[in-house]
Amino acid sequence: MSIDYSQKIPNNVNLNDNKTLQRALEHWQPEFVNWWKDMGPDGSQNFDVYLRTAISVDPQGWAHFDYVKMPDYRWGIFLNPAEADRKVNFGAHKGEAAWQEVPGEYRSNLRRLIVTQGDTEPASVEQQRHLGLTCPSLYDMRNLFQVNVEEGRHLWAMVYLLHAYFGRDGREEAEALLERRSGDADNPRILGAFNEKTPDWLSFFMFTYFTDRDGKYQLCSLAESGFDPLARTCKFMLTEEAHHMFVGESGVGRVIQRTCEVMNQLKTDDVAKIRAAGVIDLPTIQRYLNFHFSVTMDLFGADVSSNAATFYTSGLKGRYEETKQDDDHQLTNATYGVLEVNGGNLITVQAPYLNAINEKLRDDYVTDAKGGIERWNKLIQKAGIPFTLSAPHKAFNRKIGPLSAAKISPTGQVVSEGEWTHQHLHWLPSAEDRAFVASLMGRVAEPGKYANWIAAPARGINNQAIDFEYVRFN
Amino acid sequence: MNSPEAVKPVITYDTSPEQYKHWKLACDGAIATLTLNINEDGGIKPGYKLKLNSYDLGVDMELHDALQRVRFEHPEVRTVVVTSGKDRIFCSGANIFMLGLSTHAWKVNFCKFTNETRNGIEDSSRYSGLKFLAACNGTTAGGGYELALACDEILLVDDRSSAVSLPEVPLLGVLPGTGGLTRVIDKRRVRRDHADIFCTLTEGIRSQRAKDWRLIDDYAKPQAFADKVKERATALAAQSDRPAGAKGIALTPLKRSIDEAGYHYETVDVVIDRAARRATLTVKAPAAPVQSAIDQIVAAGAAWWPLQMARELDDAILMLRTNDLDIGTWVLKTTGDAALALGADAALDANRGHWFVRETIGMLRRTLARLDVTSRTLIALIERDSCFAGTMAELLFAADRGYMLSLPDAPTEEGKVTLSKMNFGDYPMVNAQYRLQGRFYNEEGPLAAARAAIGQAQGADAALALGLVTATPDDLDWDEEIRIVLEERASLSPDALTGMEANLRFGPGETMETRVFGRLSAWQNWIFIRPNAVGEAGALKVFGSGNKAKFDWNRV
Repeated sequence: MSIDYSQKIPNNVNLNDNKTLQRALEHWQPEFVNWWKDMGPDGSQNFDVYLRTAISVDPQGWAHFDYVKMPDYRWGIFLNPAEADRKVNFGAHKGEAAWQEVPGEYRSNLRRLIVTQGDTEPASVEQQRHLGLTCPSLYDMRNLFQVNVEEGRHLWAMVYLLHAYFGRDGREEAEALLERRSGDADNPRILGAFNEKTPDWLSFFMFTYFTDRDGKYQLCSLAESGFDPLARTCKFMLTEEAHHMFVGESGVGRVIQRTCEVMNQLKTDDVAKIRAAGVIDLPTIQRYLNFHFSVTMDLFGADVSSNAATFYTSGLKGRYEETKQDDDHQLTNATYGVLEVNGGNLITVQAPYLNAINEKLRDDYVTDAKGGIERWNKLIQKAGIPFTLSAPHKAFNRKIGPLSAAKISPTGQVVSEGEWTHQHLHWLPSAEDRAFVASLMGRVAEPGKYANWIAAPARGINNQAIDFEYVRFN
Repeated sequence: MNSPEAVKPVITYDTSPEQYKHWKLACDGAIATLTLNINEDGGIKPGYKLKLNSYDLGVDMELHDALQRVRFEHPEVRTVVVTSGKDRIFCSGANIFMLGLSTHAWKVNFCKFTNETRNGIEDSSRYSGLKFLAACNGTTAGGGYELALACDEILLVDDRSSAVSLPEVPLLGVLPGTGGLTRVIDKRRVRRDHADIFCTLTEGIRSQRAKDWRLIDDYAKPQAFADKVKERATALAAQSDRPAGAKGIALTPLKRSIDEAGYHYETVDVVIDRAARRATLTVKAPAAPVQSAIDQIVAAGAAWWPLQMARELDDAILMLRTNDLDIGTWVLKTTGDAALALGADAALDANRGHWFVRETIGMLRRTLARLDVTSRTLIALIERDSCFAGTMAELLFAADRGYMLSLPDAPTEEGKVTLSKMNFGDYPMVNAQYRLQGRFYNEEGPLAAARAAIGQAQGADAALALGLVTATPDDLDWDEEIRIVLEERASLSPDALTGMEANLRFGPGETMETRVFGRLSAWQNWIFIRPNAVGEAGALKVFGSGNKAKFDWNRV
């Protein structure tokens, strides 16, 4: 049996000549398709979706648009082109040639990093699988599916690394990635946030803005890895990740825009009236923002972490833009500020920088995430409405690390248990908020039609019109 | 020609009776006398004098060689009398100044080799009928008494001053670590309170009390000593079945070359990858059918493949252990024709009653046991041209892990594992269990399955099913899997690995030997690095200086 792998599985890893990889994929690919049919977007298998497919890494090839049935999507394997003479740029091996194969010494830690990253990709597809049933437009439905297939491709990217570099262990881990299930009490996804539900489209937009941005930062720090295939894989994934965050930022922005339009039409800021008009009030948006921001904070890991220090010193996972940091890239005696609750106050103490690598990445993330919030505020300002969205304090509502023991308000004040109980409904979405948002979710699936609670986008995908038939139901 | 730099100075174990500096071997019919008369200035390393018949590694290398000569070159010898050529001193044990100057690793390697040599004395007594009499014609202290303890009988001269003693604890703040503590109780069955007194008494114990406490078998006045020795040696000889009038074979010098790549022999090759801290030992099956008729076997002598291979492997192990401390992983490989390897096993089995074959099996047994107690990671690799058959498969069972290449598309090309009868009892480890027995915890199911497979070449699937190998990566996975296994192993703490491997290699059931290599050595090696022994004011450090040791009195 001879299969042209380059047709079936677009790739730039010489799959046609790599028997080890072919063998692994022959086994895994059908299992992946089965997983997609079971756990991919609900009821969508027969839709023709106007999707972007990466067929090569050059500018013409990475965004090829066409209608495709998702189970037939050509999930490919792409690495950014190799950088000549790349070095390990940080940690104890700094200055050595970057590794082209897994150093035996770091096999287990590298595998763990790749598996943890890989596990998030199918998890988010699982979390979002029912959203197609309540999409606010064909345009949004198509974006959801685009995000989903690309999460699938990111799973392929991590599976490629496991298959190509980790032998039998890697193949077993690759299978386990298809066996875990988001939210399954007995067989959950690895990270907590990926076992939460994504029940509605506001959550989806918030997730793609905040949580996928964590993915971006994780990928950026893995793109610095001394293990070159991992670095190159992650660099290419980042080009796709950008679209996911665009879906999030523009999605939230369109919700805000629509709310502001209605507020101006009704000339009111009364939540009850705004809700009665079928749009989502700004305080509710703030609470959703608080929730997704804080859940994402936890994804960066403990504030002081020996694992993070080990990964850094071993050269496996760097900082965001590692090579642009103005220091020795070994950080042996350096320190970095981390938060601690002391005598009822949140204070910054200096921790060994190596142990605070997670915190550094979290801080870089916060700066970036605040940018989008500012752009949302511009929309509100432009509508002339005196309301400002803001990012909560990074210590707010933490569930892991030492800060999880304290109750901290969105503005960073340590509050009593009693005050938290009293206030948290103002800070986080209540069951009522969620029920209200859920009540707005109804499928709008006619070309050019948009649900009442969200504005139409300024322009379509790939220069198509906003009333283009992005999904054909057949 | 190798560049001078490439060949670093190495310590070899090569010697022969003509070159001995410290021992004299004299054979007289059934009785051989090994006389210890240590040349003070003949230390293997500079910086100390071997006073009072105290020994170092070089002295023990000669003892090891002398024992080999008696085993193979003098089959007529039934009793070996070990005595001293010095006046009023038998042996005062390991040289303390040598120990004080040595690195910890050197001390440990030295103790391991001396332990193995003493175990070898008992091994020959148990399996080959070669009996040993310690004729202690003077002070018998520390390692000197431990040497005597390894003999079947101990005779002490009763000159009103010579005593047997284990003064390590009171004098040096360390243990009698070459089996002393263990043999006093396990072998000689000295009551533990007596042993407790004995082991804290610097002056030791003499004559009747020594006999009453079972520390010696008998004693004699100086004038009667020689006769007593002769009487006891003759009595011991009567227990032996070694053949009167048989002619020995010559243990010719090993054909070994040393170069920057490693150590090379005819049947064994050692290639060292210094950057990876790894050695690959390849054992080659016989190139032609081995001699199988006893007269041909004896005529082949040291060139008979089973003996040649055992000697070369033994030397390779010792060379690597002594000279290449940082080479932490040994990859064990074999090559050649399994039929020829099994032919050698058949010849061993068919002629096992003959003294020479019995000694050859003994040499293989001791060599493989040396591998078991080696503080290096042992990984066996079974590849296309491997020959893990019969005795050669013991290398696989000695290894910490065994990886076998599977070839699903070409199973006939797979290397094979083939068991022979020799895998079922001829090569016990120091815990007195043969390797498969230990591997399967003496459980009848897997042992019976393995026994049923004798003579059948097992491919990867079958070997895995029988539990003979650890994993069977196929040809697509092999290189990466093995590279990662070896690299990962090489990154782990060498101390932790030594401890872990020593614990896992020997399962349930202790013997005197396992207690020597385990309990006694582990405690000794701990004490050897403690300040109370080797600190500036430690007992071992200040010995002989007139200064008193200063101890940290806290018990740990």
